[in-house]
Amino acid sequence: MRSFQQRLPDFEARGIRVVGISVDPPDVNQRHLQKLGYTFPLLSDPNAKIIRRYDVLHPAAGPKGADIARPAEFLLDSNGIVRWVNLTDNIAVRARPDQVLEALSQLSAAGQ
Amino acid sequence: MKRKWNWPIWAGFVVVVAGLVSYGFFTRFPITRDFPWANLLLFGIGIVLLLVGLFRAFGRPQVYRGKIFGSIFTTIAVLVVALFSYEMFYVLRQVPASAGAPRVGQKAPDFLALDQNGKPVGLGDLLSNSKGVLVIFYRGFW
Repeated sequence: MRSFQQRLPDFEARGIRVVGISVDPPDVNQRHLQKLGYTFPLLSDPNAKIIRRYDVLHPAAGPKGADIARPAEFLLDSNGIVRWVNLTDNIAVRARPDQVLEALSQLSAAGQ
Repeated sequence: MKRKWNWPIWAGFVVVVAGLVSYGFFTRFPITRDFPWANLLLFGIGIVLLLVGLFRAFGRPQVYRGKIFGSIFTTIAVLVVALFSYEMFYVLRQVPASAGAPRVGQKAPDFLALDQNGKPVGLGDLLSNSKGVLVIFYRGFW
């Protein structure tokens, strides 16, 4: 997410909002945003309801066997339609901003 | 006669430990995070140095020290590399399939959640006045 913060101006210039979702409570998110200097919002899904709805649950992968989210990125258009998805098969490998920006360029070139 | 200091054993062990503790640093950069080649390179250099040291210790024990601690350090180093590899190439790849995740062309499920200020934010709020939203699910800092 550090890399997305660094490229946030590129997303803002394209009118794309960036948002993170995890099981962390708002105060943890608040602390980490301040510590890391991220300026995009982090949403709290403590019971993994949204995470389950998107089927990106990683059961018992958190501390004390808690259910958490697996890393996943969804690019939605202004109608809320999914236009690009990244479901990694390796926790250490996440989407890079350039991949998403490239997907955005292709979508706008295709007139979507 | 006092035997010589067998520096490659110490250097090799330090390099292997550096390869482990530098993991957090290297995950800051996608190029060293997606595949941990920088860490594996350090492990490789460290193990070679350890083997050089062991070779000297066992080959010329009257000149070089390190038969015992060289063996111990090398064993620890091999265990470190084995555990790291297990974590990297097995544990980190145990990711659920997410077969039911929304696909390209489908409508993303709506949501409403509290942001870092405790303010409710819905997908609709994010979509209004924007050309799109990038939703990043992450494991969290706990």
